[in-house]
Amino acid sequence: MTAAEPAIRVQGLEKAYGKLEVLRGVDFDVAPGSIFALLGSNGAGKTTVVRILATLLKADAGAAVVNGFDVATQPSDVRESFSLTGQFAAVDEILSGRENLVLVARLRHLKDPGAIADELLKRFSLTDAGARKVSTYSGGMRRRLDIAMSLIGDPPVVFLDEPTTGLDPEARIEVWDTVRSLAGRGTTVLLTTQYLEEAEQLADRIAILHQGRIIVNGTLAELKQLLPPAKVEYVEKQPSLEDVFFAVVGEGNESGPNRK
Amino acid sequence: MATHFFGDTAVLTGRTMRHVTRSVDTIITTAIITTAIMPIAMMLMFVYVFGGAINTGSVSYLNYMLAGILLITIASGVAYTAFRLFMDMKSGIFERFQSMPIARSGVLWAHVLTSLVANVISLVIVVAVALLMGFRSAAGVPAWLAVAGILLLFTLALTWLAIIPGLTAKTMEGASAFSYPLIFLPFLSSAFVPTETMPGPVRWFAENQPVTSIVNTLRALFTEQPVGNEIWTALAWCVGILVVAYVFAMVAYRRKIA
Repeated sequence: MTAAEPAIRVQGLEKAYGKLEVLRGVDFDVAPGSIFALLGSNGAGKTTVVRILATLLKADAGAAVVNGFDVATQPSDVRESFSLTGQFAAVDEILSGRENLVLVARLRHLKDPGAIADELLKRFSLTDAGARKVSTYSGGMRRRLDIAMSLIGDPPVVFLDEPTTGLDPEARIEVWDTVRSLAGRGTTVLLTTQYLEEAEQLADRIAILHQGRIIVNGTLAELKQLLPPAKVEYVEKQPSLEDVFFAVVGEGNESGPNRK
Repeated sequence: MATHFFGDTAVLTGRTMRHVTRSVDTIITTAIITTAIMPIAMMLMFVYVFGGAINTGSVSYLNYMLAGILLITIASGVAYTAFRLFMDMKSGIFERFQSMPIARSGVLWAHVLTSLVANVISLVIVVAVALLMGFRSAAGVPAWLAVAGILLLFTLALTWLAIIPGLTAKTMEGASAFSYPLIFLPFLSSAFVPTETMPGPVRWFAENQPVTSIVNTLRALFTEQPVGNEIWTALAWCVGILVVAYVFAMVAYRRKIA
């Protein structure tokens, strides 16, 4: 795979629910093996983008290609290429952690599902909890299991839809470490988040989705340069991504979340 | 993907069957017990409390009403099918499966097969209790096979009906509420009392709704009486409900998943 061939390509994506236009022409590319963060407030349309890429929703217009396959015309090839970790940890509460992993491995028709499950339990520090029912797990453990289930079969692309929403800071850092190690193994990660710090910490590139359009797309350094120099003169420290976000979104800082 | 349909469906059915059988601290646990206990309690009450006051001619009251109890068992059993599917939708695991490279329809079929197996278990328990209470049938093997076939067809039809609220309900109560009229329907039929005693409009409804033809057919089979044309009415109702429910379930499914 060459750098010229993106792992994910989204062009002119549009989606409306009735009269509500959620996506109004979304374009972005994600390079193979990189972490791409789609940043936006609640209701910005992040999940809609992920659902279209995951072949769970049809776009009204535009095209999306995952791993070289078109989501509209080659959906089953697309499903062979990615794994989705949705907004809520989609794990089976009645099964044990190990049974959840074995289930996914069997559905992916892999040899020796038990061994795959044991290896992932170890990698995600869940070996001790492996035989326990998931209903007894903490939020962080569920999320780790959820991500572990997504990694079965080594899909080249992983979609993480708000992977740390509702997690405590410690669990959040665990997830961040997992995402970094994923990208380290060459997996392409598309991450949606409403946490500015998360995008700042993890992403190679960051796109801000606002009112159905990508209004900014670049590396963190590029985004920081977007602030008008006149403003920078009065600021002693480097602007944080939070400053950039609210400057480009055009809303006052007082209405946004204060993460400091 | 079609090549994996049976394998994937089997794996997913194994999963939903665990939801039925495993005792955990959720409502699902009691699925089989409650679906069998409610009709058994009704059977005890009708036979030992009301039964003495109901004239069913030469047939013992237990023999008379068992067919209706079996239909109530199925109607309350499929409520759990809707509930299990609703929980899958709500937890996001339904979407996880749909986003995986598997035979997608296998997810629904797993729920359908689980519903069939769970209802068969409940029906066997209810019939066993009826036998203990003194239910006796002159039916031979062919008649019993016909009874099993009709009950299975009825279960399949109501299961696909249950898939619709399972896919579309907004709340847990909404997911199972569809079953209340189904459980009530046998009371407005020939299942517990002969329709001749009912006032005009009620009698007309009772004699022209699906339960009466199914109950009359099952009762005829149990007593080795000729089933007549009633069996065709019963089968037509079952197949009709099945086809309509399946079509609407598929429409609901396609609305959920692109």
